[in-house]
Amino acid sequence: MSPAAAGRTVRPVSIASFAQAQNVRRDDVHNEVEGLLPVIEEVFSTIGITKDDVDFICSGSTDYLIGGPFSFVMALDAVGVWPPRAESHVEMDGAWALYEAWVLLQEGKADAALVYSFGRSSLGDLGEILTLQLDPYYLAPLGPDIVSLSALQARALIDAGKASEADFAAIASRSRRDALGNPKAQVRQDVAVEVLLADDYVVSPLRRHALPPITDGAAAIVLAAGDKATRWSERPVWITGIDHRSETHSLGARDLTTSPSTASAAAMAGLGAGPVDLAEIHAPFAHQEIILKEALGLDDAVAVNPSGGALAANPLMSAGLIRIGEAANRIASGGADRAVAHATSGPCLQQNLVCVLEGA
Amino acid sequence: MADSDVLHAKHVLEYPYSRSVGPVIGAFLTALRDGRFVGVVGSGGSVIVPPTEYDPITGDDTGELVEVGPGGVVESWAWVSHPRRKHPLAHPFAWALITLDGAGTALLHAVDAGAPDALSTGARVTARFRPAGERVGSMSDVEAFVLEGGAAR
Repeated sequence: MSPAAAGRTVRPVSIASFAQAQNVRRDDVHNEVEGLLPVIEEVFSTIGITKDDVDFICSGSTDYLIGGPFSFVMALDAVGVWPPRAESHVEMDGAWALYEAWVLLQEGKADAALVYSFGRSSLGDLGEILTLQLDPYYLAPLGPDIVSLSALQARALIDAGKASEADFAAIASRSRRDALGNPKAQVRQDVAVEVLLADDYVVSPLRRHALPPITDGAAAIVLAAGDKATRWSERPVWITGIDHRSETHSLGARDLTTSPSTASAAAMAGLGAGPVDLAEIHAPFAHQEIILKEALGLDDAVAVNPSGGALAANPLMSAGLIRIGEAANRIASGGADRAVAHATSGPCLQQNLVCVLEGA
Repeated sequence: MADSDVLHAKHVLEYPYSRSVGPVIGAFLTALRDGRFVGVVGSGGSVIVPPTEYDPITGDDTGELVEVGPGGVVESWAWVSHPRRKHPLAHPFAWALITLDGAGTALLHAVDAGAPDALSTGARVTARFRPAGERVGSMSDVEAFVLEGGAAR
């Protein structure tokens, strides 16, 4: 284990446990708390602990999906917070909640933390909801939906000679096929590139398969440091580096064909210190995998998204945290020694988090 | 239970904040109301459009306001066959990132091009403003951009 990343000394923190809900197009039966309950139960019982064994709880979710303020407070019922305990929340993907918990563990103020996230994308119209995250003066008043903005990025990539529509279809085909090995994934099928290329355009140049599915889901991770990390795992999976960076919200001031925030987060996380066996990349749109692979400096020997990735299941607020969990599971099971996980937020990969994981 | 027995209550969720747009965004929106575009000089000398109080790349304060456009070049575009409820046009159109003449960054807006094969990256477009009496100082004061020399309706 190498505790040094980009010149910083980090306290070793492990991904001790990971659980996720079945990713589905629409869960009409369970509310947010009911959807989370079995996930929280599983993430604890897998390693034989209870909520009383963690010192800190941090969650990631957004009020805009449920359409009500402070919805994360209600979600705490899925954990049960009596007696009172330290708790926090980010209005972001759970990967950023994990980052906050990791920072607290770095400060030595906690030895174990529960991180969870949830979101029911099916409740509203994502084409309108996600527009609310944009610049409120120059972008949001025009009503550009996330598919349209992603299509502008895809066209820029094609124009730059970095990709073709067939490349997007090849990524979607591989992701859906890989998802056949992931019982929690939503879109699981063996479908040829030629078949996908017959899809209609949603917003050209993006065809249906290049878009993420709409997914209801939830996920949870237990972080552990010190004795707990070694006691709770036969083969601890250590976070050797983690960092996140953001780019301007001025969409037209960015080069949409590159991801400098991913590249700088990767450098800060120490990704370049050695090769990785696999990458779990949060690329909701097929073309974004190409941009992220380049920014992370991954060659074709690295297995990308063996879980199927976000093209096979994209539960908003959890899809990034799930990347970290999927990568950690493959190391814990001995299938990999070093991996990189990535999460994104905002339009066209505006903000990016990179997490480097290593097996003991 | 008959429908009439079901209790109904209207619930409006809103975040009723009021915001001041400040001296730079305010100047841009005021210029739109007057039927023109302004940008702001960034720290590298390049003109940022739409303008911000800080350079989006370096974070430095930006400088003086300068007039740009109304013509420009399409940097990237995406064709919408089925416009959504809140899109600027009700018929098929293109979203485009447009670098206005004199600007160093691109502005997002709609291009009313008629059909996708009429448009390409690098195409020249110009703004079609709403009539003076309908402009209120917002991005929608520009109805859409149109191809220079061939305006679709």
